[in-house]
Amino acid sequence: MNQQTPQSRRVGLFVTCLVDLFRPSIGFASVKLLEDAGYTVDVPMAQTCCGQPAYNSGDREDTIAIARKTIETFEDYDYIVAPSGSCAGMLKKHYPALFKDGDWAERAKAFSAKVYELTSFLTDVAGVDHVDVVHPGSVTYHDSCSGLRELGIREQPRKLLRSVGGLEIKEMPESDVCCGFGGTFCVKYPDISNRIVEDKTDSIRQSGAKTLLAGDLGCLMNMAGKLQRQGSDVEVRHVAEVLAGMCDTPAIGRRKD
Amino acid sequence: MEIRSPAFKENARAALDDPQLRHALEHVKSGFIVKRAMAAEALPEFEKLRDSSKAIKDETLANLDKYLEAYETKVTESGGHVHWAESAADARDIILKICQSVGARTVTKGKSMISEEIELNDFLEGNGVQPVETDLGEYIIQLRGEHPSHIIAPAVHLARSQVEADFRRVHTHLPVDRDLTEPVTLLSEARKVLRAKYFQADVGITGANFLVAETGTSVIVTNEGNGDLTQILPKVHIVLASIEKIVPTLSDLSQVLRVLARSATGQDMSVYTTLSTGPRRAGDPDGPEQYHVVLLDNGRSSMIGTEFQEMLRCIRCGACMNHCPVYHAVGGHTYGWVYPGPMGSVLTPSLIGVDKAGHLPNASTFCGRCEAVCPVRIPLPKMMRHWREREFSRRLNPATQRYGLKAWAFFARRPRLYRLATSIGIPVLSLFGGRGRFKSLPLAGGWTRHRDMPAPEGRTFMQEWKQREAQKQGARI
Repeated sequence: MNQQTPQSRRVGLFVTCLVDLFRPSIGFASVKLLEDAGYTVDVPMAQTCCGQPAYNSGDREDTIAIARKTIETFEDYDYIVAPSGSCAGMLKKHYPALFKDGDWAERAKAFSAKVYELTSFLTDVAGVDHVDVVHPGSVTYHDSCSGLRELGIREQPRKLLRSVGGLEIKEMPESDVCCGFGGTFCVKYPDISNRIVEDKTDSIRQSGAKTLLAGDLGCLMNMAGKLQRQGSDVEVRHVAEVLAGMCDTPAIGRRKD
Repeated sequence: MEIRSPAFKENARAALDDPQLRHALEHVKSGFIVKRAMAAEALPEFEKLRDSSKAIKDETLANLDKYLEAYETKVTESGGHVHWAESAADARDIILKICQSVGARTVTKGKSMISEEIELNDFLEGNGVQPVETDLGEYIIQLRGEHPSHIIAPAVHLARSQVEADFRRVHTHLPVDRDLTEPVTLLSEARKVLRAKYFQADVGITGANFLVAETGTSVIVTNEGNGDLTQILPKVHIVLASIEKIVPTLSDLSQVLRVLARSATGQDMSVYTTLSTGPRRAGDPDGPEQYHVVLLDNGRSSMIGTEFQEMLRCIRCGACMNHCPVYHAVGGHTYGWVYPGPMGSVLTPSLIGVDKAGHLPNASTFCGRCEAVCPVRIPLPKMMRHWREREFSRRLNPATQRYGLKAWAFFARRPRLYRLATSIGIPVLSLFGGRGRFKSLPLAGGWTRHRDMPAPEGRTFMQEWKQREAQKQGARI
């Protein structure tokens, strides 16, 4: 049993490339949630991307090079937390599989044991069971595939959302079905991806919720882009923004009027 | 069967534009998924049975040669014949020779995907032997000159009205004013028509869901009973099966059967589970005079010992395609060869070459639902990724993809350069995204054809964070 207090425990935030480039507010919301839970948060500048685009395109050489850099950058932290089930899944489940044996296999294993997706870190490791914020209105939650099936994240974000003041969860049908993003899939097979995301936006509409939440920015950008192309006024946000009470920035794909 | 996998994208486009197909595929989504979930829920040991089924198939594959030889010995002891077919052509020739040796003019057939794989029907017909499919779905497909779009529900892409039209076109000897508005009326009409065929057939050909090494038994599961009539009534029964269908013992069989129907249709068991061991013995009330087993390899043995070996655990339940969002969107014919859906996306490149089937393992979102329901826990996404690795190393994927990826990876491997490039590029991109999103964007046509592209908020997180940390430092000083 480790006797350190949370404050002395250091979390390295793996920002994820999409959050870094497209929506910094998710990164700041993540920092706030982790700091509120009593952790010291650091954001190493040497991080880039988890390497999934290369990994899922069959480019193992670049994937391994990126994985080594990421492990080197983060292995000294007590925990590595990412606001994405997909990137956390890559770091936790797929990095160890990249290295057969030897020193790097050991390092990858030790590294991956410390990796968590944000909401599951808060509930399962930090023991957070409520957040002290208010977000009046109805939300529906999309379970992103990697988080759900690789990391078993389903209850954790909902548990935290239930503690938000004024917030009502309206479940959509088939919340566990893929949104059609699939990383490079959505640009390699745009027509198929489109049919899948159309089905998803149908489900979102059926929920009747005013806001769509999920834990992965890739999926959120896909669903937001489709909803907006269809003229929907459903707001789309990352779950961390709501949990941190940081919804003053316009929703994804929107600007201040 | 003509290989149409290279035209996957065109096939997909046509499928997506077909409203009737879309309607038919809704049934896959609503029917199979709910029924499987209920069946799995109702059996407390279901997850454990998946583990033990996986273990049974793993142990079989680790000693496949031993079990195949044991199986052959037992079949021979019971008076049957085992024929080894290395290729599809070998299997076709063996079957034709058996048919010719008894002067066969018609053969009845139970459902068999291996028969599709070796294109048996066209070959027999071309050699003067008329094949008659007896599974309702297969019968419909045969009338239409099509191929199955699903491994357990071959006609799942069709509407009842289309089948009615086919029956009226072909069954001209029946009254014109008969009622065919209910699926059950179609089934009983097919039954009536097929009944006569069973008695005319000289040879009955079935597939096999399993082959039991311990006893030399072949096993089929059906819901219509057509398989029984196919294999019992004619003088000759030919079992056509691929080599990985072996399980070691009857006890193993009984375990794997418990996950098969539950995963496939949500039934506890299929209506008929039929075990056949050799030809009719003296004193048996019925059964064929000759019993032949044609064991097909067709590239499977070369999967042993590779990263694709686990694919040979597959028991052909169809759960992976029933749960696949890509299959739901485009249907089975889009995949362009015999095996559709996730299992096809792994198996097809092994059997016809990844140069022809390259789209299949790429056309997946890696959502992982297939692996989550596979009764023998085949890591389908992982194996599709292995195919992508082979394509990448053989430079089979498009040059634009490769260069784009390499350019991106160049930066992703160099954090300082990456920071510099993104800290310049992202604010500029954000500036152009005046309304918070783009309707169209150069180089992102694949995205913006169907959806808007959210614009970056402004500066990158790293830029903002650096500034925040610097201000903190400044405040401290």
